[in-house]
Amino acid sequence: MTAPMDVPSSAPEAQPGAVLTGAGGSIQGRSLRQIAWLRLKRDRVAMAGGVVVAVLVLAALAAGVLDKLFGLIPTTAFNQDLIDPDLQIPKGAFGGISLAHPLGIEPTSGRDLLARIFAGSWISLLIAFLATMLSVVIGTLMGVVAGYFGGWVDTLISRLMDVFLAFPLLVFALALAGVVPDNAFGLSGDVLRIALLIFIIGFFNWPYIGRIIRGQTLSLREREFVDAAKSLGARQPYILFRELLPNLAAPILVYSTLLIPTNILFEAALSFLGVGVRPPTPTWGGMLSDAAHYYQIDPEFMLVPGLAIFVTVLAFNLFGDGLRDALDPRAR
Amino acid sequence: MDELLTVSGLEKHFPVRRGLLQRRTGAVKAVDGLDFTVNSGETLALVGESGCGKTTTGRLLTRLLAPSAGRIEFEGRDITHLSTAALRPLRRDIQMIFQDPYSSLNPRHTVGTIVGAPYRLQKVQTPQGTKRAVQDLLELVGLNPEHYNRYPHEFSGGQRQRIGIARTLALKPKLIVADEPVSALDVSIQAQVVNLLEDLQNELGLTYVMIAHDLSVVRHMSDRVAVMYLGKIVELAERTALYERPMHPYTVALLSAVPIPDPRRREGRERIRLTGDVPSPLNPPPACRFHTRCWKAQDKCRTVEPPLLELAPGHQTACHYPENPPT
Ligand SMILES: Nc1ncnc2c1ncn2[C@@H]1O[C@H](COP(=O)(O)OP(=O)(O)OP(=O)(O)O)[C@@H](O)[C@H]1O
Ligand code: SF4
Ligand SMILES: [Mg+2]
Repeated sequence: MTAPMDVPSSAPEAQPGAVLTGAGGSIQGRSLRQIAWLRLKRDRVAMAGGVVVAVLVLAALAAGVLDKLFGLIPTTAFNQDLIDPDLQIPKGAFGGISLAHPLGIEPTSGRDLLARIFAGSWISLLIAFLATMLSVVIGTLMGVVAGYFGGWVDTLISRLMDVFLAFPLLVFALALAGVVPDNAFGLSGDVLRIALLIFIIGFFNWPYIGRIIRGQTLSLREREFVDAAKSLGARQPYILFRELLPNLAAPILVYSTLLIPTNILFEAALSFLGVGVRPPTPTWGGMLSDAAHYYQIDPEFMLVPGLAIFVTVLAFNLFGDGLRDALDPRAR
Repeated sequence: MDELLTVSGLEKHFPVRRGLLQRRTGAVKAVDGLDFTVNSGETLALVGESGCGKTTTGRLLTRLLAPSAGRIEFEGRDITHLSTAALRPLRRDIQMIFQDPYSSLNPRHTVGTIVGAPYRLQKVQTPQGTKRAVQDLLELVGLNPEHYNRYPHEFSGGQRQRIGIARTLALKPKLIVADEPVSALDVSIQAQVVNLLEDLQNELGLTYVMIAHDLSVVRHMSDRVAVMYLGKIVELAERTALYERPMHPYTVALLSAVPIPDPRRREGRERIRLTGDVPSPLNPPPACRFHTRCWKAQDKCRTVEPPLLELAPGHQTACHYPENPPT
């Protein structure tokens, strides 16, 4: 008999799926997770995306936390002395880039763009993350239940997915965001807008992941380890959450990293259309919308939030794709 | 000998549904009327070609599937229609070894979790604690107890099957249904696993229903052999009788495919090649199901179904024109 395959057990553990795998308690051996991590490390492009993602997340956290605690980011400093009083655009070349304002300043108001991009990253990522989590939780539950139980349960959930997918989400979002008052559900101001965006974006996106999880569950439930659990008298929650769910950690993780950039774009679009978080709170979409008024005389203003969105979305997508390849069982 | 398991008229028909309305258009007669008993401490082999309903039979015996008709008695108790909840305590007594060691172990669980699952699911306390009990089981099936924390993908096929066997043994079952336990393994490893199963039987007094797709694998470890064809038993006999004086033409054909180590005996025998494919269980041939491939088939075979009769003591055959008829 052959000796067990040798993989160095000291491999650093990313454990991104640890929350989802949950089962098993004290897992030590060399898991598939570690193998995936080794493969991911070799993928330069994905790792570059991952590093950018990590930096962005840290920056957003810093922007959120530090600013809340110490008011470090001068988003409300109106540098009127740097604005050309006639044209209302920043003095100097490239939108007023200087040592003090590395990305330049906003036309008319004179606010520092770097500070606003920073502050905006906090809101963008927060909404995208939480909306993704909402979609993933609903989608996973619905997908597992549909795939495992089949029959009329599956038919019902699948039709529900079709309904949600056929839903004119953007129109609905515009309408809903327009009619919700400034105080609702005991929330108000930015918090209410953020909660609303998370709900709209998250609640209507679950069928995408739902379908993927349903498909995976359909093939997983035919595996003999499910029969083995049944023949030991396992109850259905055990089979769903202890046997099946850990095997779905990989697609859940991959799909989450790929859904985040989509949600960033969607949030930006809503903010651009003026139904997102309200000014003066900075958002990338909102800045882009402001920049649209100046694109002929101050194109640099548009470039900054545009690039922020582009780089973030690209980084998440590259990382997500790499993760998918690393976790792909067929490449094993 | 005590009868541990009695099966009569066992059937499993899978409905075939077509179209938008999922109307029932027919049925796959995977298992179509089985009668047999399994005695305490013996090994009954269930042999037949792919698709003849062996796995389905095994899953019926372990009540992973509900029978369409017939009756299953375990230790004299009717378990045919027991509910999932009522079956739970019975699960300790009837266990299954699965065909594919690559799909029967959850890739995301450690060996310790897999082999310890029976204790946790059945809430069984072992005097030495679950971890120690699992390590004892690993040792019993010839694995290193230190490998408790490893994952299935770190093991070879043969080792994986041993992990599956350890899980099966955890609750000290009275009956083990082994579904082609070695067919997915390298030939060189098959014998080791078969020997392990034999040793375990001697040591623990186990009763096996051993499923196999050819007669060579079970030759040495079975006490009695049932040959299946398209959901029915065509011949059931003591091992020696079946291997030396097979009566059903299908058994004869299967046996002629078994390699004989002794060249002198090999000479006298002609190799019978079965022509044609196994017909679909969706629409099996009428009367004798084997008549489309049988070289002895007559008109009667196409119109009158041969009953499973005891032609010699303990030797049942379903054929109008049996080979080696008793004199
Ligand atoms: N759940 C199911 N639904 C419909 N048909 C099924 C189902 N399970 C099995 N069958 C059919 O029943 C027949 C018998 O299948 P079974 O798996 O019992 O055969 P087998 O003898 O174990 O074959 P193998 O040697 O390939 O494992 C096959 O034709 C199969 O397609
Ligand atoms: S009954 Fe006829 S067809 Fe069937 S096995 Fe016997 S001889 Fe062959
Ligand atoms: Mg089978």
